[in-house]
Amino acid sequence: MSDIPKDLRYTESHEWLELQDDGNWRVGITDHAQSQLGELVFVELPEVETDVGSGDACGVVESVKAASDIYAPITGSITAINDSLEDEPDLINTDCYGDGWLFETSSTDDAQLDELMDAEQYADLIAD
Amino acid sequence: MTSAAQHTPLYQQHLDLNGQIVDFAGWQLPARYQGVMEEHHAVRRQAGLFDVSHMTIVDITGAEAAVLLRKLVANNIDKLTIPGKALYTCMLNEQGGILDDLIVYFFADDDYRIVVNAATRAQDLDWINQQAGSFSVNITERPELALLALQGPQAETHLTQQLAAHADTIQALKPFNTLREGDTIIARTGYTGEDGFEIMLPAAQAVRLWQALIQAGVTPCGLGARDTLRLEAGMCLYGQDMDASVSPLECGLSWTVAWEPDTRDFIGRQALSEQKQQGVKHKLVGLVIDQRTVMRSGYKVFLDDRQVGIVTSGTFSPTIEKPIGMARVSREVQDHCEVEIRGKRYNARVVKPMFVRKGQALDGVA
Repeated sequence: MSDIPKDLRYTESHEWLELQDDGNWRVGITDHAQSQLGELVFVELPEVETDVGSGDACGVVESVKAASDIYAPITGSITAINDSLEDEPDLINTDCYGDGWLFETSSTDDAQLDELMDAEQYADLIAD
Repeated sequence: MTSAAQHTPLYQQHLDLNGQIVDFAGWQLPARYQGVMEEHHAVRRQAGLFDVSHMTIVDITGAEAAVLLRKLVANNIDKLTIPGKALYTCMLNEQGGILDDLIVYFFADDDYRIVVNAATRAQDLDWINQQAGSFSVNITERPELALLALQGPQAETHLTQQLAAHADTIQALKPFNTLREGDTIIARTGYTGEDGFEIMLPAAQAVRLWQALIQAGVTPCGLGARDTLRLEAGMCLYGQDMDASVSPLECGLSWTVAWEPDTRDFIGRQALSEQKQQGVKHKLVGLVIDQRTVMRSGYKVFLDDRQVGIVTSGTFSPTIEKPIGMARVSREVQDHCEVEIRGKRYNARVVKPMFVRKGQALDGVA
């Protein structure tokens, strides 16, 4: 069974979001997503200060088999990226909700936050 | 075109081992069990087991079996003089394009077997039957047989343990030679660049052998590892590194074309001769990028801002831990080129399209 922490919010494209103390949102991919992708060997992240729109492809995670886009879950500006993934992309596999986070973003349209799923809704999504 | 999903005799085993099942040419096969990396390394270091029963086994028998095969394939089956010998070859169309790549097994002048790709099964059988015309041959598909590939440095040890009665014969088996015992054929062949065996056998026996090998500690491997292993070994994949628009001369398979004797008029010979005279425009090369990224099939290859080719297969090499790929490029490409990855150009070193053999990176690759 997939691990779906209760305190996070989720997107249909299998990203999770967590509110940080500074008001920005930390973003990663879910346990379900990393398990579907298999061992990741390369991650390309957006640059800090890039403006992204909700749903924009803003990065790539690659397994030996395939490349998959990462989507910006909300509109905002990238405030931080997880540099450790450059040398250790498999942190996403081993700790997708912790050390395997991808980037942090500000939110410029808080209405979008209401459209994100909670853990229960996300569990229903991947159960289908 | 594709009918209901097909299952190999090992399907239940794949489910029992938690294989992640995907569709491959209409077959439900495992992409991976535990993980591609782990499975890949198991084959390079110990032993791995693949279910490749989706591949199409066809017996070609009868008085004119050899006559048909001399015409049908670009390599020369008359190189096969000892029963049990096998030969890798391409089957071409009149334009010299590759219809499929296959292995021909020789047992007697009137008794051959070929193994062709699953994705090309229907058109291959149509083509072969069409070419067979009025020859005195029987073309018989053998869907009741399973095909297992046991690969890796410990493959021989594992196989002789399971088939103790044949241990001496198996140990003595040279590459591209086979042992035939009733409906079971053990060939010292593979698609990984390691020592190993491909075993054709009836379904019920296949399940027992599979279970015994897994029980003995052999790692079950899926299509993902099969692809990374064959790519490191520099082996072409039909439909990706070559297809009907490409001749063997353009994709590193010249060595499989037998020009001698010049009286043998195989299908595609005329076109290949002309191509050779006019000069072959493309070649297959290996590419290595010394940066963290991954190149994929379809990415463009550049030389001084001109596109000079295309990546036909690419992955992140688990053995070398760098992006590797095969590319079909114009002949002018020498030591270096650039690969475009999501709009950005990366320097690539051009190497022979063979990266790893017997567990080791080849000189100049890593």
